[in-house]
Amino acid sequence: MATYPGGLTASSAREARHGRPTRTPTDRSAPDAGPESPEPPVRVRGLTRRFGTRTVLADLDLDIADNEFVALLGRSGSGKSTLLRALAGLDHDVAGTGRVDVPDRLSVIFQDARLLPWQRVLDNVILGLSGPDAADQGRARLAEVGLAGRERAWPAELSGGEQQRVALARSLVSEPRLLLADEPFGALDALTRIRMHDLLRRLCQRHRPAVLLVTHDVDEAVTLADRVLVLDAGRITVETTIDLSTPRSPRDPEFQEYRERLLAALGVTHEGASR
Amino acid sequence: MTTQVNPETTRPAAAAPPAVADRGPAPAGQPSTQTGAAARRRRRRLGPGRPIPFGGAVGPVLLLVAWSVGSATGVLDERTLSAPWTVVATTGDLIADGRLQESLAISTQRVGLGLFFGVLAGVLLALISGLSRWGEAIIDGPVQIKRAIPALALLPLLILWFGIDEQMKVTTIALGVFVPVYIHTHNGLRTIDSRYVELAEVLRLSPARFLRRVVLPGALPGFLLGLRFAVVNAWLSLVVVEQINSTSGIGYLMELARQYGQTDVIIVGLVLYGLLGLFSDGAVRIAQRRALSWRRTLAD
Repeated sequence: MATYPGGLTASSAREARHGRPTRTPTDRSAPDAGPESPEPPVRVRGLTRRFGTRTVLADLDLDIADNEFVALLGRSGSGKSTLLRALAGLDHDVAGTGRVDVPDRLSVIFQDARLLPWQRVLDNVILGLSGPDAADQGRARLAEVGLAGRERAWPAELSGGEQQRVALARSLVSEPRLLLADEPFGALDALTRIRMHDLLRRLCQRHRPAVLLVTHDVDEAVTLADRVLVLDAGRITVETTIDLSTPRSPRDPEFQEYRERLLAALGVTHEGASR
Repeated sequence: MTTQVNPETTRPAAAAPPAVADRGPAPAGQPSTQTGAAARRRRRRLGPGRPIPFGGAVGPVLLLVAWSVGSATGVLDERTLSAPWTVVATTGDLIADGRLQESLAISTQRVGLGLFFGVLAGVLLALISGLSRWGEAIIDGPVQIKRAIPALALLPLLILWFGIDEQMKVTTIALGVFVPVYIHTHNGLRTIDSRYVELAEVLRLSPARFLRRVVLPGALPGFLLGLRFAVVNAWLSLVVVEQINSTSGIGYLMELARQYGQTDVIIVGLVLYGLLGLFSDGAVRIAQRRALSWRRTLAD
């Protein structure tokens, strides 16, 4: 049933339990559904999700390759968070069909840092980790996000940006094959957000997870992603490969071209609107 | 605390607008200092004002003075209310012949045992009912019914069941303790942020680890709040059970004194109850501060 080499993946097992009809990729005549030698970490086929009578995701297909950074843009209510929650296995009581294959080693960054306030920073980072070298792993990841020496701090003692950096360290400490990020910088100020973009890019180059970044910020998507998807009314309406060298600058005319095109796809047409 | 800060911060602010405004209404010919002073005089302070140093002690000291004066002048009859110095002397006598220590020990033991069993039962039932829907269906209803019955109304039944000895006393105290511990711990468990549950799912925490790292620490503030109510209830129940056919304890000491009209001994007992309540509540508050130090940083 599962196509992932590791046997039944968590989410396909979950779907089997919920009795959702799962579809194998060969059922589909789409050309991209053909067999590929290394299985991609993310393979979504015919994903449909409904809340009541409203269809939030409509027969959606998505592949993400290893080490690929995909940004998912969309207006609020376009279903982007629903898609991310489906990939994360967090949509317990949602009606829907379709097949989701994701790796076992996946982690999620939420919009809020979601640190346990009663655990110190280091304990938050290694919350999902066990083993004798967990603490060392945690310290190394904290150092990578620039928070060495804050291991014993309480989350409430950190600024919003620092808390989100701890959350980033926590998401990377398990060396995930897939990183799901749900508007992780949405609550940060503009300056901190730019720093976090740099940090996230550097960390992704080092740890090489596949990334799905959900955002409503076009600049963020163009700055970070290899590929940008625009989700509208439950369907992927635009798919663009960002062919720019890194680090990218919003002043670059090509960058601006991508931005204009994506903004137009999101329904923003007047000049000068950045988000 | 905040009222102390207010005068310092509001004064420069009150003086500042006229200094700016004197450029505008200059034709009126009023010097800025005068308008500033006038503005300040006109403004009526509505807050209670600066705190009085040792203000908390003023009322009790006045009461003590009135009591002393009343006793010294004979306005207060010795049979109505013993003089303060008589109470002090009686305390000395009671300590000297060991009755005070003995009563204190037995009363503290009763409260300690009652608290122990009450807290144990409250926490266990709250965990069962807070962590499983079936547990809640079975346990929560009866506890809510028990909550509606005042703990001391069960006393006649408890006396019939357990007699009038220690078992009845400890059971009564434990019943008074168990309800607030259960209610607040259960509430703490039920109101744990669902976002943390989601996080635990994403991190694939085992049920045991989820319980230890997320659920129990998350319910701790509720439990400690319940414990504070529980301690108050424990002393309240103690007072009642010690005055019913008791042969030992602070309540017995006071009941005996009533029969002999010794108001001084009664007052010693009242002071003891007061001090015990104060100290035990303080102890729980210290425990609360330590256990919730992660939360204190928010307020600082």
